[in-house]
Amino acid sequence: MTALLETRGVWQRFGGLIANSDVSISVGRGEIVGLIGPNGAGKSTLFNLIAGVLPPTQGSIWFDGEDVTHMPAAERCQRGVGRTFQVVKSFETMTVIDNVIVGALVRNTVMREARRKAYEVLEFTGLAARADVLASDLVPAEKRRLEVARALATEPKLLLLDEVLTGLTPTEAQTGVALVRKVRDAGITVLMVEHVMEIVMPLVDRAIVLDLGKVLVEGKPAEVVRDPKVIKAYLGDRHAVSA
Amino acid sequence: MDKNFAARRRRDLIIAAVLAALAALVPLFVKDVYVQNILILTLMYAALSQSWNILSGYCGQISLGHALYFGIGAYTTELLFTKFGVLPWFGMLAGGMIAAVIAMALGYPFFRLRGHYFVIATIVIAEIGLLLFQNWEWAGAAMGITVPVRGDSWLKFQFLRSKLPYFYFALALCCLAWFVTWWLEDSKWGFWWRAVKDNPEAAESLGVVVFNSKMGAAAVSAFLVAIGGAFYAQFLAYIDPESVMGFQFSLLMALPAVLGGIGTLWGPVLGAAILIPMTELTRSFIGGSGRGVDLIVYGTLIVLISLALPQGLVSLFSRSKAKGATR
Repeated sequence: MTALLETRGVWQRFGGLIANSDVSISVGRGEIVGLIGPNGAGKSTLFNLIAGVLPPTQGSIWFDGEDVTHMPAAERCQRGVGRTFQVVKSFETMTVIDNVIVGALVRNTVMREARRKAYEVLEFTGLAARADVLASDLVPAEKRRLEVARALATEPKLLLLDEVLTGLTPTEAQTGVALVRKVRDAGITVLMVEHVMEIVMPLVDRAIVLDLGKVLVEGKPAEVVRDPKVIKAYLGDRHAVSA
Repeated sequence: MDKNFAARRRRDLIIAAVLAALAALVPLFVKDVYVQNILILTLMYAALSQSWNILSGYCGQISLGHALYFGIGAYTTELLFTKFGVLPWFGMLAGGMIAAVIAMALGYPFFRLRGHYFVIATIVIAEIGLLLFQNWEWAGAAMGITVPVRGDSWLKFQFLRSKLPYFYFALALCCLAWFVTWWLEDSKWGFWWRAVKDNPEAAESLGVVVFNSKMGAAAVSAFLVAIGGAFYAQFLAYIDPESVMGFQFSLLMALPAVLGGIGTLWGPVLGAAILIPMTELTRSFIGGSGRGVDLIVYGTLIVLISLALPQGLVSLFSRSKAKGATR
């Protein structure tokens, strides 16, 4: 079967800055793939290109066997791409349930059904008790969870998670990890950007390391963390030698 | 929880029906024409503000140029009536549709603008509209149009002896605008609009086509405001550009909603019920001492409200949502 998501020779330039150069990655159905790399490696740019925030300067993006390179974000969502934002973007003046209903409306045109779907997702993500609270009143960990809930309500085939586990307490991070596993078990493919290695590595099936806009290494997490190139990218030359 | 929600919606509808019924009885007790006049204007501005609230409150695209659509409603009705003998009822609908089309044509370039730039664009466009009408000879230019007197009739929507028919029409329009808002609030459009207001980028990622949402809100909003304009033209029986398209109308549509609670179901009605009678009363009591004293009074009120109750007066009534929020 073809990959669910594929980028083919993707370049992104911002003026003189090259954020992504010739990036070709693929994500298979049912996988949890980690997209990692040091700060400024071009993770977020690649992420935004996949989500459809902007088209790449060069190259193409394929989703579910279709060229989506120039498809706007809203349309990609309808095709089955769900995403969260690194800096949470809740609908602050709306309640938690209303936030999720917005997502549920993609596949449910009748309000009653959208509402039922939204409650279902809140149960799934453990936010049901907070349904009628304003999004602005949630604590940060709950806001992250709401991002995931909203994206899940669109019933995606591919869920893009942008640093959902970063900045959480260890306990919160563990519940986050459990949630990601649950999402995959529900049949949803996950591509997650993270830079907290020790949390991501046990979770993902495969890791793709970006550095300076290029794919540096790609493989099983256990192999990736031992790769000298990865250690060099994260810690500098000296440590790479000693490894 | 689902039940709570449905109950709240039903409660709103019942309150509205009771208020409308009470309002309908008011003329039985109020015979004074001056007071009736104030009541008519209050209902009209409540309807206008409710319509403005759809685009600016729910969808978050603050417009200070809605006077344009008000004027278009007024002019379409009177031009069709005086030049072609078309009944005001049809003129009213035509005005609404023209206003909706113009709102979308203007939205096409201007919805790309964000925040203050959008607000400025709406002001400028309305001023251009005003200038065009001031110089358009066929439409009476600065002289305006006097609606020919044809005697009291519902068919021609013209009443000289009594203001009551206007009162009931304004009440009906107010109910219509409220009901449209109520209905849209729990619809795909209502959710899309609020999402667009709060965070367009996140909305887009959830399948909301932001541009189309704004266009939809603009069309509904402009349509209803133009109906109000058509009504006002018949009510005055005389229009000129300044008296139906002046900037003050844009303000008087925005202020009640802001005062009562922008982007809320009850805000515009509540705001208009306080603001419009106050404006009219201060104008007549302090009148003669120059224009603008009334403006000072409610300008002060707006400042006080926005400092003390930034969510508007409705926040006094809503069972504090913050209760559920504290952990």
